[in-house]
Amino acid sequence: MIRLFLAAALALGLTGPVRAAVDIVEVTSPGGITAWLVEEESIPFLALEIRFQGGSALDAPGKRGAINLMTGLLEEGAGDLDARGFAEAREALAASYEFDVFNDALSISARFLTENRDEAVDLLRSALAETRFDQDAIDRVRAQVIAGIRNDATDPNEIASDTFARLVYGDHPYGSSDSGTEASVSALTRDDLIEARDRVIAHDRIFVGAAGDITPEELGPLLDRLLGDLPEAGAPMPQAAEVAADGFLEVVPFDVPQSVAFFGHEGISRDDPDFFAAFVLNESFGGSGRQSRLSDEVREKRGLTYGIGTYLVDYDHADMVLGQVASGNEVVAEAIDVVRAEWARVAETGIAEDELEAIKTYLTGAYPLRFDGNGPIARIMVGMQMQGLPIDYINTRNDKVNAVTMEDISRVAARLYDPEALKFVVVGQPVGLLPTD
Amino acid sequence: MRRLFAYAAGFAFLALPLSAAEVTTHTLENGMEIVVLEDTRAPVVVHMVWYRVGSADEPAGTSGIAHFLEHLMFKATDTLESGELSQTVAANGGSDNAFTSYDFTAYFQRVAADRLELMMEMESSRMDGLRLVPEDIPTERGVVVQERKQRTDNSPGALFGEQRRAAQFLNHRYGVPIIGWMHEAERLSMEDAMAFYDRHYGPNNAILVVAGDADPDEVIAMAERHYGVIPANPNIVPRERVAEPPQLAERRLVMEDARVAQPYVIRTYLAPERDAGDQREAAALTLLAEVLGGTGATSVLGTKLEFDRQVSIYTSAFYSGLSLDDTTFGLVIVPAEGVSLEEAEAALDGAVAEFFDEGVDPDQLDRIKMQLRAAQIYEADNISSLARRYGAALTSGLTVADVEAWPDILQDISAEEIVAAGRAVFNRNNAVTGWLRAPETGPELEATQ
Repeated sequence: MIRLFLAAALALGLTGPVRAAVDIVEVTSPGGITAWLVEEESIPFLALEIRFQGGSALDAPGKRGAINLMTGLLEEGAGDLDARGFAEAREALAASYEFDVFNDALSISARFLTENRDEAVDLLRSALAETRFDQDAIDRVRAQVIAGIRNDATDPNEIASDTFARLVYGDHPYGSSDSGTEASVSALTRDDLIEARDRVIAHDRIFVGAAGDITPEELGPLLDRLLGDLPEAGAPMPQAAEVAADGFLEVVPFDVPQSVAFFGHEGISRDDPDFFAAFVLNESFGGSGRQSRLSDEVREKRGLTYGIGTYLVDYDHADMVLGQVASGNEVVAEAIDVVRAEWARVAETGIAEDELEAIKTYLTGAYPLRFDGNGPIARIMVGMQMQGLPIDYINTRNDKVNAVTMEDISRVAARLYDPEALKFVVVGQPVGLLPTD
Repeated sequence: MRRLFAYAAGFAFLALPLSAAEVTTHTLENGMEIVVLEDTRAPVVVHMVWYRVGSADEPAGTSGIAHFLEHLMFKATDTLESGELSQTVAANGGSDNAFTSYDFTAYFQRVAADRLELMMEMESSRMDGLRLVPEDIPTERGVVVQERKQRTDNSPGALFGEQRRAAQFLNHRYGVPIIGWMHEAERLSMEDAMAFYDRHYGPNNAILVVAGDADPDEVIAMAERHYGVIPANPNIVPRERVAEPPQLAERRLVMEDARVAQPYVIRTYLAPERDAGDQREAAALTLLAEVLGGTGATSVLGTKLEFDRQVSIYTSAFYSGLSLDDTTFGLVIVPAEGVSLEEAEAALDGAVAEFFDEGVDPDQLDRIKMQLRAAQIYEADNISSLARRYGAALTSGLTVADVEAWPDILQDISAEEIVAAGRAVFNRNNAVTGWLRAPETGPELEATQ
């Protein structure tokens, strides 16, 4: 049962204890697979979120793009079914499986109707354990991936993101696009794809969140059926990335009317005692709401952009504070000047007491609103497990936000934001913006 | 995972049926309509006010004014300072935003259920109390100019879409972009905004949609207190849109842009939309889009062109029946390597012609209908999207009864109706065929890339 409890003390300016109580049960299957479950029987379906840690960063040397292509082939034929047969079987069950991969995990977001759950689980099991990798399917999906790589090469956002990654993470897998290059993807063989699957889809790195119409007694055997056939161990995890230390500004000339800028530098670990202070501070400084200081300065006061934001991004192998802004070629230099000035100001003086109170009220009030459906709840629970958070974290999270003091903010501001280390990649035809050597 | 193209996301559109959420309706004396969708699973509400006005209602020469006004609606009112509404929503842990389309403009907040009345208090304040000052204009217009650059000018696919729509509609304002042509959007004034506001905003042109943990009787009582006291705006008259003349000639566009890495062909046909009490043809077209262009591995275009003939790496068909006036039905083909746009277009036409001869595969139709039934169950998990469906339908000329009848109509459509609807719509005199590609480059340039 999903039920969130909001204490009454949300009144303006006063931050009372706000609780989002979601009843999570830990289920361990007879075969030893652990999952977090929220039972919600009012709608007859189950949302299941499965992640295999490691993701596309586990590409073997020289095989960049193999795990991405492999992921695209999971729904392209399994067991007795070729790609069409598989799609027809899935459609007849009205089940939904979304396969995705990023640098830290391969994810499966599945939805099964209660009325045909067993068949839908069996079909998904065969996609993972009996993937066919038929040559015609490989060629077809490979052509789609290569078309995507070519598109990315003329998309200013992709150029900015790829250039930033290359300059900041270097040779680490994070330093290159996980789609691979046209050359690396063209060279992949069927054996490479089978190996790619076995590097990632293995028992020793599974995380599961389940929300919906199922009991703990039913979930355990389901997990064993779905995941029991997988190999025991996958490839070893990558090393930590070495993040470039010095600041720079790189311009990639590209003929578009609006420049796209990516920026950032190293951040703070989720395990750090100051993580919550850093999180609260960054939400106030550049967070997703319209009320952030950066949005106020760059958008509201100056009209230089439609949107700007900064994010604490804790990858498995690098902790970053990253930001993004798109601004017309003729004004992007001004936008970047404002970012630099605000970066220095926040590092020096942090935020004011009323800003801290405002962001606390927002963060603690917004938190319970996240748990608004089986799909989102299943995803949040997987994220919590991958970050190593305790099962009662949801009940304590807002207390941690509220516990952040002005002293914490001052300390962490100086530590988190470093104008000297700030790295920019700008793609476009920026006027009056000179790259540093 | 990255295998689809950025432009693919906007193509596929399956009008999902609605769940059987508790629906309550009411109309205030001043004409404001109310729809409450009760779902008590979580103590959260979505509060939306939809206005029956969109970019297709703009006077000529002020394209983008509906959207610009939407931005300006976050400035000061009689009772709120500029920006105070969003700040108050955030201070209460909520999120807020707004969106503008051809037929509607909508404002919404998502908050804890016990904050609903505060949202109504603020939202009602900007229904008739907007107080702009000249200083608001240049900065916010700058934001809109940047928004246009980000969404449209930086993307050849989006620019191509503008050109195709302008060619599709000979007379109707659907041919003008929502965000406005740049040369007009960058000159919009406070007078333009206030004239549009005075003409179109008011309770008698608005629909309140509240979805989530909200008791319908309490919602109606609250709405009486905050919206019921606003007098109807006498300037508001029924929408009279211009009609398209008969379209007698096929239009063909070739657009070249150096940023295009993957060329493609899109054809759109003028097509009927869902009308109140008359949704069967639109339902047939909705199913036709799924039959032709649903999942690549099972759709008509996908199996013929991607699997059997291998002339394409991506195909799609799209149709949205939610529209006040005539809409479009579209077909897309992205050719495989070595296949020209001309060959791709011919293959697309060949596949459609074959389909009309062969008819609908009954197994495929059964699977599509099964998925539509399941979608009603999955949709019940997302109350915000349900709220949007009602708001969009009611601002597009439909009634709550039409919305509720839609899932059953979809289930009731026969294979013959699907083919007949396609034959009626697929008339090249009504069509715009567009090719998007990069300009030809000389051998030297190619060698250096």
